[in-house]
Amino acid sequence: MARTGRRTPPAAVLLIAPSLIFMTALFMWPLVVGVGQALVGPDGPTTAYLRRMLDDPYFWTATRNTLLLVVVLIPLQFAFAVVMALLLRERPRFAGFHFYIWVIPLAISDLAAGLVWLSVFTDRGYLNSALDLVGVDGYAWLSYQNPVTMFIAVVVAELWRSTSLVFVIVVAGMQGIPKDYDEAAEVFGATYWQRVRHVILPQLRPSLQVALILRTILALETFAVAQALTGRNLPLLVGETYQWYSVQLNPNVSAAIALVILAVSMLAAAGYLRMMRDATEAR
Amino acid sequence: MNRRVWVQIACVAITLFMGVPLYFIALAALSSRESLNRFPMPMLPTDPSVETLRTFLDTTGIVPGFVNSLTVGIGTIVLSLLIGVPGGYAVARYAFRGRGPYQMFLLLTRALPIVVLSVPLARIFLNAGLYDTTYAVTLLHTALALPTTVLITAAIFVGVSREQEEAAMVFGASPLKAFLRVVMPQALPGIAAAAMFTFVLSWNEVLGATILTLNQRTLPAQVLTTLSDSPLAYRFAGGFALVLPAVVFIAIMRRYLLNMWGTTLR
Amino acid sequence: MSDIVVRNLVKAYTPDGPRATDDVSLEVAEGEFLVLVGPSGCGKTTLLRMVAGLERPDSGTISIGGRDVTRLPARERGLSMVFQSYAIFPHMKVRQNIGFGLAMRKVPGNEIDRRVRRAAELLHLEDYLDRYPAQLSGGQRQRVAVARAIVVDAVVLLMDEPLSNLDALLRLEFRAELKKIVRQIGTTTLYVTHDQAEAMSLGDRVAVMRGGRIVQIGAPLDVYDRPSERFVGGFLGAPPMNFIPATVARNGGGPVLALGDQHLAAPSTLDEWVGRPVLVGVRAENIEVSTEAAPGWVTATVEVVEPTGAAVLLTVRLGEHQIKVQTAPGFRVAPDDTVWLRSAPEALRLYDPETSLVLRP
Repeated sequence: MARTGRRTPPAAVLLIAPSLIFMTALFMWPLVVGVGQALVGPDGPTTAYLRRMLDDPYFWTATRNTLLLVVVLIPLQFAFAVVMALLLRERPRFAGFHFYIWVIPLAISDLAAGLVWLSVFTDRGYLNSALDLVGVDGYAWLSYQNPVTMFIAVVVAELWRSTSLVFVIVVAGMQGIPKDYDEAAEVFGATYWQRVRHVILPQLRPSLQVALILRTILALETFAVAQALTGRNLPLLVGETYQWYSVQLNPNVSAAIALVILAVSMLAAAGYLRMMRDATEAR
Repeated sequence: MNRRVWVQIACVAITLFMGVPLYFIALAALSSRESLNRFPMPMLPTDPSVETLRTFLDTTGIVPGFVNSLTVGIGTIVLSLLIGVPGGYAVARYAFRGRGPYQMFLLLTRALPIVVLSVPLARIFLNAGLYDTTYAVTLLHTALALPTTVLITAAIFVGVSREQEEAAMVFGASPLKAFLRVVMPQALPGIAAAAMFTFVLSWNEVLGATILTLNQRTLPAQVLTTLSDSPLAYRFAGGFALVLPAVVFIAIMRRYLLNMWGTTLR
Repeated sequence: MSDIVVRNLVKAYTPDGPRATDDVSLEVAEGEFLVLVGPSGCGKTTLLRMVAGLERPDSGTISIGGRDVTRLPARERGLSMVFQSYAIFPHMKVRQNIGFGLAMRKVPGNEIDRRVRRAAELLHLEDYLDRYPAQLSGGQRQRVAVARAIVVDAVVLLMDEPLSNLDALLRLEFRAELKKIVRQIGTTTLYVTHDQAEAMSLGDRVAVMRGGRIVQIGAPLDVYDRPSERFVGGFLGAPPMNFIPATVARNGGGPVLALGDQHLAAPSTLDEWVGRPVLVGVRAENIEVSTEAAPGWVTATVEVVEPTGAAVLLTVRLGEHQIKVQTAPGFRVAPDDTVWLRSAPEALRLYDPETSLVLRP
């Protein structure tokens, strides 16, 4: 039988077509529109919206706070997640119960997390109540006069909420490490810390890398936690887009800030990928 | 003290850090207005009351917010499964050209901040007459959930061996029948898990829902937009209402967690 | 009529890549049990899957019972198959698994019941019909897969390494049972395996494949005894056939094989090869061994002695070559002993050292 010249489209193409079309419509198109909103005014291309953004003192505070949050939160939460996973690996009693409690925040939104910790940190909240019970005076943790404790409160709430994600990725990564390696290292006389340092962590590397990129991008989007805890007293970049859009009713400046967030995210992701590639090559 | 004791102590300490705030928000939401105003606040449920919760539920926009959140959540599940399951099946079963780029594209979209989409989408939906509807929010949430749905369902389909499908076809089933009779029954628990994951994502998303609506707020959007002019009791009750589904969800999903968040999603 | 005829089948998984099957032609007679055997990657499974309709050939034709099925989907070819992983459905009970093919063909319920019961009896599964596969042992799952395949009364039965997931003892046991069942139902059968012992024991004929081609096809003992090329001799049989380089020389009357400075009687047909190098192939069991010198025997040194119970397997060094010799279980010898070997000239197979093909004088 002669083969026909034209091939019918493979089933795979038909199967992925709906998702491709949908994602293009809901991702690529808005991206183009967004760039237009930020850079094109009623009279053609303009930098007016960008200038307006840059002239706003809140923008610079928000940028600083956002970056500071990422720099402080990410290392803390990775150390925390690895410790949690190592603890669970020791098979403590009630491991199932501990695991359940430790992963609940996975399904908690940042708004909810902010409200949860508001009950703790607010002036007449549970933290000050507990301090009062032991005879220590309360402290205005969330007051704009105390920017350090305000920032710490946001870090704690985010640590509480978002470490679960890293934890779960690390635990899954640890399950993928064959027990033989660890046992072999033990037979050859490695101490616990030597095994963690030379056997477990190197094998977790791929999991940690992915978690790092994911969490950094998500941390750049932190918003509702700070909103719930501090209002606009601790401005963050995403909070500013919300502010410009909902309060100042200026979607153009809002779109401009969104593009800044996008740029920082891409920069961070590209930076990580490059670092990881260099590290792999160096080995 | 020996090592095992230290491990136990550390585990309990972390569990307290993770668990106690949940206890506090439940305690606050289930206290009367009067005991919330006391200082120091009572640390034990000495005076449980549904007064705070009832006030919260009676506030304008809260019950419709619940309904909208449910509508959007269920709509997102249906739409993302309809569009995502075929994609997941293709990734799992066919070694087609462009599979790599397709997966890369999906991963990339997950890296896009929601805010970047929300603001322009608001304008697009305004032009299309979809602004301030649950459809608008459903579309946005589907776009956010879709990459995950494709990747999770692909992982699920990989778990059902290709040979089983082939066996069904050798024994007289059409490709569609083989999929429905042999693959789907085995994939169903995993797909249900993916659906719940999608629901939680939708239930929790606040920024996009806030930007795309004015009156048809979802619950978190309603809570967020009324936050600054609400009493503390309202905020605690709102926090509790948002947290409760999470606790239930994780209890149901514990078995699937490591596979979904741990390996598939990363 | 339910013979299988394969003509010039070509399949490459990538357009310009290596061919999984390279112009393969094959005929399986009605009721015949043919085994495709070869190392992994030789194309045997691809060939089977193209016959099944699970893979589409780039060119060539397949017909079953005189009907061209090359373009038909698997479900319309009227065949039946046992898969390597068994591929029984974990969400269905054994009963539904066995009856799946009948249900798909819309056979009435009571008829399905009857035939499922009969197949279950044949495979000793009567007590397990209402269990799920997860509650069965590996051997029982295998039986379910076979029962599902025979219950549909297909004209052609395909089997893709069906025994490879069983442990050694079970495999041996089920091999004999499978042979009995297939003989009873008399279906044309195409069977794929990488296990040469399985191929030898099951097939009416075996087809040895390598690099996408069938290199030799014939009755098991013929193929075993007269490998058409060096590869077949080395692949079939345990231990594999010995291959020793030699030169054909003339010693008085007839030709002899010179192995180093020793000589071995050669078949008289080698006359025209005198002065040229050849490769001598000889099976371990066709070599006689003695602890005493005798004229016309060659000497070798024992390196390893492996009693296997039914025989003693010796590894000996002959000049610079290692060869395997099989002797009677009572044979006593120790490493480093000197032994004397000979082989009847008619048991020697001779190959061209360049092409590795058998010499046809």
